[in-house]
Amino acid sequence: MGERVIEGGIFLASLLAIVVLLGIVAVLLRQGLPIFAHTPPWEFLFGTKWYPVSEPPTFGTTTFFVATIWVTVVATVIAVPIGVACAAYLAEVAPSSVRESVKPVIELLAGIPSVVIGFIGLLLLSPLVQSMFNLNTGLSGLAAGIMLSLMSLPIIVSVSEDALRAIPDEFRQAAYALGATRWEVVRHVSIPAALSGISAAIMLGVGRAIGETMTVLMIAGGALAVPVSPTQPMMPMTAAIASGIGNAVRGGPQYQALFAIGLLLFLITLAVNLIADRVLERQKRKFVR
Amino acid sequence: MYTRVVKKVLLALTATALLAVAISVTGCNGNENGDDLSFDITGSNTVQPLSVVWAEEFMAANSGASISVSGPGSGVGIAALIDSTTEIAQSSRSIRQSEIDAANARGVDPNEIMVARDALAFVVHPSNSITELTFAQLSAIYTNEITNWSELGGPDLPIVVASRDTNSGTHVFVKETVVQMRGLPTEDTSLEYGPGVLFLPSTSAGISEVAGNPGAIFYAGLAYVTEAVQAVAVSQTGDDPYVLPTVETATDGTYRVWRPLFYYTNGQPTGTVKTFIEYCLSAAGQAKVLDVGYVPAG
Repeated sequence: MGERVIEGGIFLASLLAIVVLLGIVAVLLRQGLPIFAHTPPWEFLFGTKWYPVSEPPTFGTTTFFVATIWVTVVATVIAVPIGVACAAYLAEVAPSSVRESVKPVIELLAGIPSVVIGFIGLLLLSPLVQSMFNLNTGLSGLAAGIMLSLMSLPIIVSVSEDALRAIPDEFRQAAYALGATRWEVVRHVSIPAALSGISAAIMLGVGRAIGETMTVLMIAGGALAVPVSPTQPMMPMTAAIASGIGNAVRGGPQYQALFAIGLLLFLITLAVNLIADRVLERQKRKFVR
Repeated sequence: MYTRVVKKVLLALTATALLAVAISVTGCNGNENGDDLSFDITGSNTVQPLSVVWAEEFMAANSGASISVSGPGSGVGIAALIDSTTEIAQSSRSIRQSEIDAANARGVDPNEIMVARDALAFVVHPSNSITELTFAQLSAIYTNEITNWSELGGPDLPIVVASRDTNSGTHVFVKETVVQMRGLPTEDTSLEYGPGVLFLPSTSAGISEVAGNPGAIFYAGLAYVTEAVQAVAVSQTGDDPYVLPTVETATDGTYRVWRPLFYYTNGQPTGTVKTFIEYCLSAAGQAKVLDVGYVPAG
């Protein structure tokens, strides 16, 4: 009897998570979709002019989409090699005493509030980026991407390290028995065996970078031209929502357009997370014996 | 043993449910709680420092009064007034027709009170040799038509144009008054901020960009202008004199880039809110306006 009540309670708890998710999707659809009566989907997705407070307003979101791609690419290009190398070191090379003290420190990095990351970017990184690349302003997708890489690094290290450690030790022993060096074991045995887990780690890191708001709002620059290079100032999708929602008339076209951007963002991160999930699932099945 | 766990679970669930109910109830009644002595002011980031000073003075003089002031942006304040979650909305732009309609639909009747004026200064890096600009030149800068200071007789530096984002009432005010040159012979309402303009989330972010970037230009309320940046003298057409933004030139109206700062209430203010607004508009209250760096409503 007691067992069944507890089971029911746990079932309700899991149901709650799904209900909340469905609620969010419903709100996004309800508030966001009406914009397509004002701006056709084609124009909304591929238009480059965003003048929400003009008469008549125009809502083209290509700029934000391209900006999101740029900052995510910069963040990924920096975070992936460092993160995977760090994970390989922790899982394969470092003595357990080092691993046990270093890993929590890296995971602590994930706990730094994004506004603090933004401040550091604004005060320290942006002037540096400006002088290093000889830019007009340091507020750019590049500076934002570098700070974002710091935020996705802990996820990539943590999940990759778990994937590497999940590989059965027989794999390594067999390679060593064949005379492989430690580097050869890491390069040709461990990393390929854990590849699906590492890919999932990368996808999760990418998801983190796409969804981050405060940091890109503060240091990406916020220009509305479609950026052709990461060194330009730009406004990613999250920053566009945050910098417009405060002054949008509730239920007005700008409000709807911002919700539609939110919907688009939700679909992108959902896709990234689904892919990561499937890849992780494959990794798990690989070693089931 | 199971029954004890079950009891705990049930207790926790009940507590959560009660908490949720409590939150939703207080959420709905946020406006009506209290005894008329406490009220909220929310809205414009620009009016914020002024409201804080007035609120402090008022609370010191009227024990028991409690005013909470926040400044997320004019639009947020007006939205809060429409939703009846604030007694006073502070705004640096006048309310839009669409917002009046939304308010009326919810039984709210926005009442406009001008409490001060704000002179907007255009600021550049202190090393910039440009010291005066016309509205037409500013408009060309903000539409990205002019992209280098040398085109205006200044140093050979690309212009980094910074503006507030659309959360700010200042964004729209500068667009209409300066970019589109409202009321001037050169008025052109099709002009918009250029695609290269940086839209920044706060005024202080813009000031710090100008302070650190020799090619940057930004606009900010007089209260935000520090020694780290240099204000530019502005002329409407180039035929009228170039005037530096100061409290004096804005008060006598010779400096043209100023805007009214408003309080919006639901209908005519009553009770403590009325007493508070009367204090704001009194000679003592208006003297505080100058201390904050704004200009009296006049």
